[in-house]
Amino acid sequence: MSDSSHIVRRTTLRNTAAALLLAVAAIGGFASLTRAETADAPSNETWNSLKTDVFANRPIKDNEGLISIEAPRRAQDAALVPVDIRIDPAKAPNGVKAITLIIDVNPSPVAATFKFGDNSGVTHFSTRVRVNDYSFVRAIAETQDGQLYMTETFVKASGGCSAPAVKNQDEAKATMGQMKLRQFAAKDSIDGRSPELQLMIRHPNNSGLQRDPQTQLFIPPHFIHELSVMQGDRKIFSMESGISISEDPNFRFNYHPDGKNPIRVEATDTDGNKFQDQWPLETAKL
Amino acid sequence: MTILLGRRHVIQGFACIGVTAAMLPCCGGYWMRASAAARDFSLGEIADGIYAFAGVYELMAPANQGAICNLGLIVGNDAVALIDSGGSIKEGQEFLAAVRWITAKPIRYLINTHMHPDHIFGNAVFREAGATIVGHHNLPRALEARGSYYLQSYREQLGDELMKGIEIIPPTVLVDDRLELDLGGRSLELRAWKPAHTDNDLTVFDKATRTLFAGDLVFMSHLPTLDGSLLGWMRQMSELAAVDAARVVPGHGPASAGWPDALQPEQHYFELLAADLRKSIAAGVPLSEAVKTAGQSARDGWSLFDEFNGRNATAGYAELEWE
Repeated sequence: MSDSSHIVRRTTLRNTAAALLLAVAAIGGFASLTRAETADAPSNETWNSLKTDVFANRPIKDNEGLISIEAPRRAQDAALVPVDIRIDPAKAPNGVKAITLIIDVNPSPVAATFKFGDNSGVTHFSTRVRVNDYSFVRAIAETQDGQLYMTETFVKASGGCSAPAVKNQDEAKATMGQMKLRQFAAKDSIDGRSPELQLMIRHPNNSGLQRDPQTQLFIPPHFIHELSVMQGDRKIFSMESGISISEDPNFRFNYHPDGKNPIRVEATDTDGNKFQDQWPLETAKL
Repeated sequence: MTILLGRRHVIQGFACIGVTAAMLPCCGGYWMRASAAARDFSLGEIADGIYAFAGVYELMAPANQGAICNLGLIVGNDAVALIDSGGSIKEGQEFLAAVRWITAKPIRYLINTHMHPDHIFGNAVFREAGATIVGHHNLPRALEARGSYYLQSYREQLGDELMKGIEIIPPTVLVDDRLELDLGGRSLELRAWKPAHTDNDLTVFDKATRTLFAGDLVFMSHLPTLDGSLLGWMRQMSELAAVDAARVVPGHGPASAGWPDALQPEQHYFELLAADLRKSIAAGVPLSEAVKTAGQSARDGWSLFDEFNGRNATAGYAELEWE
């Protein structure tokens, strides 16, 4: 297992304890405070105890415009919250090495770490996540010279992780592992400047936080934890992720195409299933 | 049959149970409850031997005791069947009291139309009353996955008092495709549907009066909520419309409405929502943007539009982008 998986496990334990304490505190007498007064306190508290686990003692700077994040202020569906992250190419001309996405109050706060290939050209990245409660959603960028920059946004949501997101269980089983790739020409892309890809993967991405009412045991988690997106043999990005990425993981990002090699995707889930697919580059979409 | 006098209700032929206020008998056969503050529980006869309660167009809350969906009673020669149990033990108890006002026959069946708390949180009341609980073959699995989440998340919404005694009780008689139930001289046809509102939707058809209890496959006035499959719901709409009913009891809406006209508003909403979403998806408009406008032109005539349209649009987008 890699280092970051280890971190995810440690933070899971720590945060479960924190969540329990908070729940007890809420029942014990803070209930009279309004939600607004207390809304961001638990999230910040969790972050303060979490950041050294994830980033050791490395300093984390304010973003200084290098990275920005957008998410709805109030989630329409807590199990499916769109998150958009942008890197300012003027502030990071060679792109960033990695982006870590953190959702403070989730049982496993490190949602995912995305690592970008050299010259991947990714300056805009969006995905969909589960948000379990009122929480900051943070993106921490690591620049090519190893500096960390953080930005965050606050999302009001409830029950995104414990809610069983799968609406249609038979279909989820039948289609697991199917992938779809959409290619957008620069002119049709969100930033209007560089071509984009949208990768969609069918997977229930179970959070493992639903309890079986008969046995009171948690239904085991089952999610995609490793993903790599390549053009030929060149990495665009790889991802290590936890339970916070929504059902049917979905990623949309711009990139620098290089040559005519196909786009190749490999994913592995926690049951050891491997899924792969590839698509020729649609040259009209460059 | 119902005459409204300001907030005072004078009801004929209804079992009308007050929540807090005492009931005053008056003028033979009429019941009047002179409390403006309390809620009524009115089980009105909509066809021969068929009674329905109409829930309010609200989210479940302490003030409405979770009584937001429609409930039904079907009286046979030997026994009765109930359609759904309500959103709390309190509502279930009022429903039971109203049923007992109408008939002393045994409650043979409680039929759960699907998994949602407003339809099943009262189940314990009717298990105690001796009813056999009947549901879609997917209902036990759905309750297994969601039950503990419902109990936990609705505690916040309903409060400890109203959550008292609520248990997640799965059905013991399951419907694979169709099932006929007999109440003595009265035959009910139950039908399990493919994923639509949820993946465990069940309808009940009373042949004698051609009354269809549609559960949440039919919403009127209360915006439909999507927790199954938008495409599945739209695809089964014509099959649903083909049911040879004279009237429907929708899951949310009036106690009774003409069939199949009752389907038109929700069909119109789904078509507009799906058309907006498909257009956005084809144009590459991302989910976060698309859900701000999708379905908005269908707003008129719906209660709870802002509470549910964004969520429906989000779920619909995630489903339709795989087409």
